[in-house]
Amino acid sequence: MPASTDSPPLTQGLPAALLRNLARVTGDEKHDAAAHSTLDTLWVLYEHVLRLDPWESRDRFVLSKGHGPASYYAVLATRGLVPESWLDDLAGFGSRLGHHPDRTLLPPVEVSSGSLGHGLPIAVGLAKGLDLVGLPSRVHVLVGDAELDEGSNHEAIALAGRWSLGRLSCIVIDNRSATLGWPGGIAARFALEGWATTDVVASDHDALRRALSTSGDAPHLTVVRTAPKGS
Amino acid sequence: MRERFYATMADLLQTDATTALVLADIGPLDLVAGTPAARRVVNVGIREQAMVGVASGLAMAGLRPFVHTYAPFLVERAYEQVKLDLTHQDVGAVLVSIGASFDAASEGRTHQSPADVALLSALPGWRLHTPGHPDEVEALVRAAARTQDRQYIRLSTQVNPDPVPADGSIRVLRPGGSTLLLAIGPTVAAAREATADLDVTLACTVTPFPLDGRALRRLADQHDRVVVLEPYLEGTTAPEVAAALRGRATAVEYVGVGRDEQRRYGTPADHARLHGLDAAGIRARLLREAPVTPGPARRASRSRSR
Repeated sequence: MPASTDSPPLTQGLPAALLRNLARVTGDEKHDAAAHSTLDTLWVLYEHVLRLDPWESRDRFVLSKGHGPASYYAVLATRGLVPESWLDDLAGFGSRLGHHPDRTLLPPVEVSSGSLGHGLPIAVGLAKGLDLVGLPSRVHVLVGDAELDEGSNHEAIALAGRWSLGRLSCIVIDNRSATLGWPGGIAARFALEGWATTDVVASDHDALRRALSTSGDAPHLTVVRTAPKGS
Repeated sequence: MRERFYATMADLLQTDATTALVLADIGPLDLVAGTPAARRVVNVGIREQAMVGVASGLAMAGLRPFVHTYAPFLVERAYEQVKLDLTHQDVGAVLVSIGASFDAASEGRTHQSPADVALLSALPGWRLHTPGHPDEVEALVRAAARTQDRQYIRLSTQVNPDPVPADGSIRVLRPGGSTLLLAIGPTVAAAREATADLDVTLACTVTPFPLDGRALRRLADQHDRVVVLEPYLEGTTAPEVAAALRGRATAVEYVGVGRDEQRRYGTPADHARLHGLDAAGIRARLLREAPVTPGPARRASRSRSR
């Protein structure tokens, strides 16, 4: 991904090892926030929020917005969930790391994604299923603001609210890329369906951590504002 | 079939805590109501995309989801979810449909999807069943509850008088002459009636995908004409039959549901007649002169004409 010259630099507070791994995936030392809108959120999730031990009752993370997964792979490698050497071959014929992640090739990946609008409905089922089998795990699902265009998300937003899936956390990365926009805001659409909502900016890692750790009787939405796409 | 499916599901839900039933406002919404198992009857409202997505998530949480609604809404409306949320994720689920082909004749095209089996057969790793009797439904549902794979069970209002073993095999119901009539699922009743006084071998299967190719090969060696009766879109079974008969000079014909929209209401019996799937239609097809069997003489004449 080429870095545009006038976009802001990547947020402070990210470890050098993570940025080094990101460069290994992208083959590019220069990073800009717009090209890596999910990096802060993924790092805070994996560093401070997700409980992955014991693995059987781990928190689940569903990357619904599967395109541009360089940040995801870099975070997984930095957290020791994927060998760093795998980062050097992105989407080669023998690579386990594609332009969209495949859970059968990359075990820490919970859900294979790429086509938009699939992660949130699956995450709703996963949260419902974990309720039914009695595991304590939380379920986090990351979607893009443009991905919300897909109608399947709105089926899932309503269901999660009506089912009071308190263990479900949806993260919308808002880089203002939805072509027709969301007049009145993204959070309002979830709130109407009974979700608790929080707005944060990507650079505020403490606020991100607090928002992503919030759980109650209702599903929780965190809208993460990032540099606008193409900025 | 529908009633037997519901009764079997009620028993499974109450005896196996990993069984879940996912509905979209159609079907037994109050099944096992008042029991602890009622939590595992999950109604998503009229949201078929979410229905399949939710089933995927339930499977990932360790449950065995049965997903049930009208065939067009289950298979066609949510086809990308079936392809990605179940197949691509490589998780298991059992899709159980009602409204097979023209069962809902009076409802019109919106409630009909004769291509359901063809569509699912294009996806890897699915076992597709078209039972013709409630006993077969119960056997299939109970067996599916014990596995983690992907299966489709297509319920129909067209029912055969007697069950056959729902074990994936092709069974010979009556041995006969040089023509083999392979009746799939609910077509057996009409096939029996059509061939009562004909010297035709009648065989049947409940499971067209995967087809019992070994049995079909063995039978084809004893016959020179095979007629396949399909309760779904005509030709759907052709790839399985072709794979089974590869290298054999056997004439194969298919009698199934035509591709054209009929724009007729009426009853399933009317539509069976329309597609030649009633006893009279099957009989007429069998008595029609068999096409020339490909053989050395025909090949020779072809090469002369070049």
